[in-house]
Amino acid sequence: MSLLCLREICRKMRSIKQTELEPLVRRANQIRTEVTQGGRKPCKDVIDVSWGDKHRGGVQPLTFVRQVLAACLYPQLIHSYKLPGDVRQRVQSLLGACDGGSVGSYTPTGGISYIQCSVSNFISRRDGGVPSSPENIFMTSGSQRSIMQVLNMLADFHNQASLPTGVLTAVPTYSSFKMMLQRLGAAVVPYYLDEEQCWAMEVEELRRALQASKGVCNTVALYVINPGNPTGHVQSRKCIEKVIRFAAEERLFLMADEVYQESVFGEGSEFVSYKKVLSEMGPPLSHTVELASFHSASKGFMGECGLRGGYVELVNLDPAVMRYAYTLFSTDICAPVTGQLALELMANPPRPGDPSYPVYAQETQSIRAMLVHNMSWVPEFLNNIPGISCQPMMGGAFVFPRLYLPQAAIEKAKVVGMQPDLWYCKRLLEEAGVCVGPGCEYGQKEGTHHIRLCVMTPVETMEEVLKRLKNFHLHFLKEFS
Amino acid sequence: NQNISWAISGTECELQKPNMTENGLGNRVLNMDTMNPNVKRVEYAVRGPIVQRALQIEKELKEGVEKPFTEVIKANIGDAHAMGQKPITFLRQVVALCTYPDLLEDDKFPEDAKNRARRILQACGGGSIGAYSASPGIEIIRQDVAKYIEKRDGGIPSDPDSIYLSTGASDAIVTMLKLLTSGEGKNRTGVMISIPQYPLYSAALAELAAVQISYYLDEDKCWSLDVNELRRAVKAAREHCNPRALCIINPGNPTGQVQSRQCIEDVIRFAAEEHLFLMADEVYQDNVYAEGCQFHSFKKVLFEMGPEYSSVVELVSFHSTSKCFMGECGFRGGYMEVVNMDPEVKLQLTKLVSVRLCPPIPGQALLDLVVNPPQPDEPSYATFIKERTANLDILAEKAKMTEQVLNTVPGIHCNPVQGAMYTFPRLSLPEKAINAAKEKGQAPDMFYCMKLLEETGICLVPGSGFGQRDGTYHFRMTILPATEKLKVVLEKIREFHKRFTEEFS
Repeated sequence: MSLLCLREICRKMRSIKQTELEPLVRRANQIRTEVTQGGRKPCKDVIDVSWGDKHRGGVQPLTFVRQVLAACLYPQLIHSYKLPGDVRQRVQSLLGACDGGSVGSYTPTGGISYIQCSVSNFISRRDGGVPSSPENIFMTSGSQRSIMQVLNMLADFHNQASLPTGVLTAVPTYSSFKMMLQRLGAAVVPYYLDEEQCWAMEVEELRRALQASKGVCNTVALYVINPGNPTGHVQSRKCIEKVIRFAAEERLFLMADEVYQESVFGEGSEFVSYKKVLSEMGPPLSHTVELASFHSASKGFMGECGLRGGYVELVNLDPAVMRYAYTLFSTDICAPVTGQLALELMANPPRPGDPSYPVYAQETQSIRAMLVHNMSWVPEFLNNIPGISCQPMMGGAFVFPRLYLPQAAIEKAKVVGMQPDLWYCKRLLEEAGVCVGPGCEYGQKEGTHHIRLCVMTPVETMEEVLKRLKNFHLHFLKEFS
Repeated sequence: NQNISWAISGTECELQKPNMTENGLGNRVLNMDTMNPNVKRVEYAVRGPIVQRALQIEKELKEGVEKPFTEVIKANIGDAHAMGQKPITFLRQVVALCTYPDLLEDDKFPEDAKNRARRILQACGGGSIGAYSASPGIEIIRQDVAKYIEKRDGGIPSDPDSIYLSTGASDAIVTMLKLLTSGEGKNRTGVMISIPQYPLYSAALAELAAVQISYYLDEDKCWSLDVNELRRAVKAAREHCNPRALCIINPGNPTGQVQSRQCIEDVIRFAAEEHLFLMADEVYQDNVYAEGCQFHSFKKVLFEMGPEYSSVVELVSFHSTSKCFMGECGFRGGYMEVVNMDPEVKLQLTKLVSVRLCPPIPGQALLDLVVNPPQPDEPSYATFIKERTANLDILAEKAKMTEQVLNTVPGIHCNPVQGAMYTFPRLSLPEKAINAAKEKGQAPDMFYCMKLLEETGICLVPGSGFGQRDGTYHFRMTILPATEKLKVVLEKIREFHKRFTEEFS
């Protein structure tokens, strides 16, 4: 009999809800293999738009980024291969900042100092001059890692005696965050975003959620994602101010996940960072509200998810706590250097006049055009499908349209033992070769159903996906009418 | 600290003191009382106060401050490239090809490198290393790791599904400890770890609020492990916790001892008797120098002990791209292999790793090349073998030299560096020095190392950061600086120790 059997695994571990998406994706890969091996399937291929992953979807990496990275990895390229002058310069600066001139060395805990500086300058420029301190910036393996470390500091998740620690979390929210909370034994304190108002966040709803949590858990933090995932909502400055005031009043630690900040193209939408708004609200709030802002190289034009480059900027934290934060981040030793390099290039892209600029501008423009097009066209197309409604998309990477499923379909799903939208997604995959995320994965109001699709996808692919989705949906409605 | 301006390659970055953090502390939501109390107990000496002081000194040197030395020598961390070791050409060629596939058209890259790159890219989403992979890692790379393990262990089968790629070995180690930790009070999980140990283990146990069960390695017997000591430790531990795992680092860090086959068998038998989950940290498996010493993987020994043990003992082994002949720390590549794990528990493990999305793709790619290196019939083979052998041979020479030189210093005793990358010599400190340290509120070996740093620029980590028997003092130094520099470092330590002993006599 195994030593480590299920009942001995910590209850918290077992309570981590298995993601519904992983089996779907696995099945998608399986079908793909079967199709290439000549197995007969209704669909000729599988298109997976369930990930927030540009490259997986077919968007090309940026040439400048890959040239700099390749030459950092294999410096012989500087002399032997025709690389633009600015690429060579960057590589030389970056390798000069690495111990032993190699990207194979460990870096200091928060990251290569040169890059911490670049990131803090980037933040400052973005925020119209609001100062940023490099020593408050910790680079990690993806923003997820720094989110985990911040959560780790917030409370004693292992102490059974007291109430569990709670974190206010939006419904809907991407599932990895909820898994992190569960892994730490913390409680999700759900606040509902308003679908009718373009998935806006209402402070009254935050208040209600916080009140409901009293006596159940000790709510210490508020986690917001702006632009939203999966919702595509971009918060107005006014909304951000209200949220900050609420956090100050209720003594909550603010966690602002801003990884989609480069992806704001909806008409009239504008990204403004929590830090900027906080600073502009002036003292005492600007000096006292504790804020952790997260960003990454995974979601912007670069789309370098696989390089695992993320960071957190810690604002207004107790200096004594910062010392422990440093020790905690130190146990990972450092973020992957390729991820750090990606952050540097995100913070300092080619500028007009640089040799690489024309190609860089053209490539980013083409990605921008793709996003602008998809962000306006996709919700409109979905809205025209009977039984589907979709809020306008302001930014981010995903649309989260609502499905109005016939009652008969909902009953059928119950019989099969699945959430209706999960069952819908399974059938969509098997019959139309399209893989999307089921709404139950992210959370939604009781009795509603949704799917999530990534729009950071080449236009042709997007068109094919929606064509197949429409066909499938119409057949589905007919089947259960 | 707040007013340093950083001038690097002409780029100025003013470390401004933002108004936002100037304010008095008062009512922080996250303060020392509300912060996770487990985090307060986390220490990590390898990046601790002495290293922070070393970084400060480095900045001061850059600003032109006068010092008795011109550079800080960071012999505190097992980072070969930082100390001048060159990357292995083949490894970097393939990862560069994966990063910028246009290079596949360049005839200056050998065919075998290109083939490896094409194969890896085909297994990446959208053919790009910028796409997420599945959480346990890219499938073909897990398969290659399994083949490598099989070959290394004389044909004992390895299942790719039991292999999880990770962000360095550290990520995998912490994940396993997380999986193992449960229970309350007297039933709280206890984990056995050697003294001295690599402080990631103690840090993780503190963070998880698991119970650390220390077992002492025998300094007089070249840091070997005695099963009787394991027995003593676990018996005592059963009074206050539920011992569930035994961690062993082989070759050892910081001690460098390479376990004999007999010893490994004894440990396995002990784990079976005491019902303990074995965690074998084998990241230094290629770093074996001493004559008569050989690396034996725990898995191989386990299976050669026959089904009485091999079908029962639960084992996880860790490896990484950071050490051995590669020294590619910055890539954060690694893996763990689980053996005899309950299938339902394995599902939980799979779920647990998915929380962190996936390990960095360049690290996964690099790992693939480590386990799937050039073969004798391939164009890159000759260079690869030459570079690999040179790296390992130089380390062996430095291990020997370090032991020899340090043992000529009165008051320093150094066990043979059988493997890994460090020496952990014992220091005789004068009573006066010990008292001076106590007055400063410092561990005596920290006091010693700080003084060494200030006077010579050499950064070591005090033994107190790794654990040691009461009343003994050590430091951990890497053997990684280039040979000529290492000679200078050893000389300076000799001179310092003489001065120190005289000063406090």
